[in-house]
Amino acid sequence: MAGWPILSIVTFLPAAGALLILLSRVSLGGDNEGYDNGVRLLALIVTIATFIVSLFAFAAFDPNATELQLVEYVPWAFEAAYSMGVDQLSMSLVLLTTFLTPLCILASWSISKQVSSYMVLFLILETLMIGVFCAQDIILFYVFFEGGLIPMFILIGVWGGERRVYAAFKFFLYTLLGSLLMLVAIVAMIAIAGTSSVPELTAFAAGDGFDPALQIWLWLAFFASFAVKMPMWPVHTWLPDAHVEAPTAASVVLAAILLKMGGYGFLRFSLPMFPDASAYFTPLVFALSVIAIVWASLVAFRQLDMKKLIAYSSVAHMGFVTMGIFAGNEQGIQGAIFQMLSHGVISGALFLCVGVVYDRVHTREIAFYGGLVHRMPVYAAIFMLFTMGNVGLPGTSGFPGEILTMVGAFEVNAWVAAGACLGVILSAAYALTLYRKVAFGTIENPKLGSIADIDAREWITFAPLVIATLIMGLAPSIVLDFTAPSAQAIAAAFAGGAP
Amino acid sequence: MQFSTEALIVLAPLFAAAIAGLLQRLIGDRVAMTVTTGSVGLSLALSLPIFADFVWGEGHERVIELFRFIDVAGFTSIWSVRIDTLSAIMLVVVTSVSFLVHVYSWGYMAEDPHRARFFSYLSFFTFAMLSLVTANDFLQLFFGWEGVGVASYLLIGFWYQKRSANDAAIKAFITNRIGDFGFALGIMAAFFCYGSIQFDEVFHAAAANPAMMLGVGEVQFRAVEVIAFLLFIGAMGKSAQFFLHVWLPDAMEGPTPVSALIHAATMVTAGVFMVCRAGELYHLAPLASGFVTIVGATTALFAATVGLAQNDIKRVVAYSTCSQLGYMFFAAGVGAYNAAMFHLFTHAFFKALLFLGAGSVIHGLHHEQDMRYMGGVRKPMPITWAMMLIGTFALIGFGLPLEGLKIGFAGFYSKDAIIEAAYASHGIGAQFAFWCGVTAALLTSFYSWRLAFMTFEGRYRGNPHAHHHDASGTDHHHHDHEEAKSTAAHADHAHEAPTDGSAPAHESPWVMLAPLLVLAAGAVFAGWLFYPYFLGYHAEAFWGQAVPLEHERHDFPVWVLWAPVVVTLIGLALAIIFYLWAPAAPRAMARGPVWAFLYNKWYFDEIYDFVFVKGARAIGDLFWKVGDRRVIDGLGPDGVTSVSRWFSRGLRRVQTGFVYHYSFIMLIAAVAFGAYAIFAGFGGAP
Repeated sequence: MAGWPILSIVTFLPAAGALLILLSRVSLGGDNEGYDNGVRLLALIVTIATFIVSLFAFAAFDPNATELQLVEYVPWAFEAAYSMGVDQLSMSLVLLTTFLTPLCILASWSISKQVSSYMVLFLILETLMIGVFCAQDIILFYVFFEGGLIPMFILIGVWGGERRVYAAFKFFLYTLLGSLLMLVAIVAMIAIAGTSSVPELTAFAAGDGFDPALQIWLWLAFFASFAVKMPMWPVHTWLPDAHVEAPTAASVVLAAILLKMGGYGFLRFSLPMFPDASAYFTPLVFALSVIAIVWASLVAFRQLDMKKLIAYSSVAHMGFVTMGIFAGNEQGIQGAIFQMLSHGVISGALFLCVGVVYDRVHTREIAFYGGLVHRMPVYAAIFMLFTMGNVGLPGTSGFPGEILTMVGAFEVNAWVAAGACLGVILSAAYALTLYRKVAFGTIENPKLGSIADIDAREWITFAPLVIATLIMGLAPSIVLDFTAPSAQAIAAAFAGGAP
Repeated sequence: MQFSTEALIVLAPLFAAAIAGLLQRLIGDRVAMTVTTGSVGLSLALSLPIFADFVWGEGHERVIELFRFIDVAGFTSIWSVRIDTLSAIMLVVVTSVSFLVHVYSWGYMAEDPHRARFFSYLSFFTFAMLSLVTANDFLQLFFGWEGVGVASYLLIGFWYQKRSANDAAIKAFITNRIGDFGFALGIMAAFFCYGSIQFDEVFHAAAANPAMMLGVGEVQFRAVEVIAFLLFIGAMGKSAQFFLHVWLPDAMEGPTPVSALIHAATMVTAGVFMVCRAGELYHLAPLASGFVTIVGATTALFAATVGLAQNDIKRVVAYSTCSQLGYMFFAAGVGAYNAAMFHLFTHAFFKALLFLGAGSVIHGLHHEQDMRYMGGVRKPMPITWAMMLIGTFALIGFGLPLEGLKIGFAGFYSKDAIIEAAYASHGIGAQFAFWCGVTAALLTSFYSWRLAFMTFEGRYRGNPHAHHHDASGTDHHHHDHEEAKSTAAHADHAHEAPTDGSAPAHESPWVMLAPLLVLAAGAVFAGWLFYPYFLGYHAEAFWGQAVPLEHERHDFPVWVLWAPVVVTLIGLALAIIFYLWAPAAPRAMARGPVWAFLYNKWYFDEIYDFVFVKGARAIGDLFWKVGDRRVIDGLGPDGVTSVSRWFSRGLRRVQTGFVYHYSFIMLIAAVAFGAYAIFAGFGGAP
């Protein structure tokens, strides 16, 4: 495999698949049942192939190395270059993306409106998401980062629910606002450091460093973009609306991967490149994180729509991530990375759980349901596992991230950890109440009288997620050991700048 | 990971739970029940020699490390099986009671269509509890702690079609989480101060630097006090202590074998175990220990007063458990960790006995739980009656504290030791605890005999609203498809009440009675047999380094020694008067305000519901509807929308949709900044 541009293959394989679908539509004319099935199958095969290639990349990756690996470099215009490479942090998020996308395609089987366009967009989205995590040139990063907006925006706007235009608009407005500011900052950074290469910028920050006064502005500009993506309080309100209107698989991608771009951005840029500003703003981020955890948990407790509830719980869980990142020590950063990966699996799975019943009875209203365990025992068991993961029960992947971020934060400020710890109580309240209302009790609604348990396709969709949740919960060291070099490097870079 | 019998003790129930839970449709109920019961039996068989080794043998302390759970820059938790005196005691308590409850459930749950799931949960609980007691660091302890919590949640809500059972399950989980809030912070504080979460390393670091300070806001406290205090918050939740006790009585919604195993003998004692495990810390923390003493003593008294006024047989026993846990805590609080553990040990036997006996009565009376509708049960259920009587004697701690010849039931040895330790201690709250302990002993005796007399003696009263099904019966199987079957079954049994006034009950099958006999043997002999090791002559050798021991020997005034016995007899006399001779008297009292206060459990539920549940709802609504919708969205995107709508109307733009405007703006901006970058940035760079 040596010498192959394997990261580019992983990144652009889905796009190639999308191109194939487009060509097939032109040549075959499309738009009949057989063609749609063919497109679904093709998309599935392409995403599975992408996952397999990403595993090859993983095999070629030295987990102990501290420098970038699988580097590809093609000079582009001016100083900018097509530069790809991964460290442990990037690699783990790439694997999360390639692991989840085939499951999303499986979960999209019930989409019947413009199947080929849907799949094309989904595959392009995957390319852009992988690109974000692999890009080692800041302009390339920006292209991938902002490009991801467009397919997601169209997926919500075309395949979404009733208020899809409002939701898509809100999503777009928020993320755009942040990204424009980030673009200004990127330009300024390139002008000062004289390079657009991410490792060189990081090295510059560790050496000469950006002027502390300027760092403040640069940090704020990046923060505007990443905080919206996370999303952090108070720029979180686009997320529940986007989730509610998005089709199931788009929700999964949104929660599981797009939100992680914010955390990735903090870890890749804000902390190592603006260490002084990061230290300066740590109290602000801590405050916003704790508010997000408590506020979003309490709001989640009152939701009437299943997806909104899970969306608010995402906001709360991302609060742990930002808190851990800005704790800036190894526990905090390791916990934040773990929490991102775990949340990818668990929130993705929870949105799939909603999708299963939505496909059957076409409502997300909590009050509509009740007593599902009698008709859907397997579904109820799976839903219970992910509910417990959401609650952060030890033994599921939800736990190590939460405890590590709190341990990390405690070392910086015990009150922040205590505030976040309130989320541990509140998450139990909203998650278990949701479960009781949906799954327990007796079936009162006659429309649920003949609802069927999960079928073979859904089994296949859930099985990898169940396994991932349990493995990450029971043996978190597997993941933590892998991400340790990245976390140590970021913590060291941040400590170098801390006053 | 290498194979070891110690690991097998912990893991066998986990594998059995997985098999029974995942393959139940494939293997059927009987195989699932056999596998789970067998695996716990295996754990018991392997645990007994370990316990025997500590009692009669050398006592080989050891730690078997299995694999790294979490290891991040010193925050290290290694999955281990720690064997020392403390864990050996807990191993034998957990596996023996769990095994007996598994066996008992063959009879008790015989008609339940979800038996396989029930046994799977029971075994899973056993695994979690065993991993808790064999932990070698705080994080594994927490793992087991949460694991037993979720097992408890699943088992309280086992009959998930019942709203009350689901609510009780959620209440239990959330109340425990409130405790875990403190526990988790305690772990973080320990790591922050001592750089480790391994038990021995934490204890050594604390002992090496007992004066270390930790700031809580502006105020400096000794670190060990703060850590001990925070950890105890967790214990208060798990062990249902005052303020966080509210979940335990409601937990009686679960099947009775669950109440015996989880909510009497094992899980609820985890808090006591934890305090004893961290005895090295509490030993150094007089303030936190004083708090433990006062909370424990208050609980002991409070729960006993509430127990006086309950009519549900399981709730009486539940409040009794709560009260007895209070005894264990104040024992630990005054530094008598060995007495606390001894009471934990004996209590496990006699309280499991009382619960399973109560279950037998409930089973025999077709799921009647209200003692007002019992009476006259002794004759039809003589074995259950005899076993309950033994349990009662053990609970009230009946015995004779003669010089050089202490003799009595199991509870006598442990409870008297606790009361004496409180009397002898100079710790904060110790004298308060002594008087609470003596008073609670009086009340314990009274409510225990009240239970025994109302249930077994007198004439059968029956339920005037007689339908056996949903009366107040919590333990009822409400499965729709089973309704018809059980009605038929009850019709067979429901013959007219016998003319001699005894109840129309039937004695339980042997599979349920046999565990009662074994537990009764424990309730009679466990105190006498093990007193020398836990508290007496062999204590030093038995405990080793497991808990700090009080070395001073005390001589007690005679009245201190005899006070518990005397108040117990007073309680018995009062119960005889009120419930055998003059049964009209309690009924008259039941109309009074004091009784109402006690019957309503000091109105804790009502207050909590108003403050916390309604409060959380109100704040959630406020944040959502006002905060998110009006303020954030109103000022943010929605405000921008209306402004831009106004703007576009003003310019008479074509309706192209706002999003496209914005994408257009983005494009322009990107081009503009790109141009700037090219000319200003790269042009100027070297």
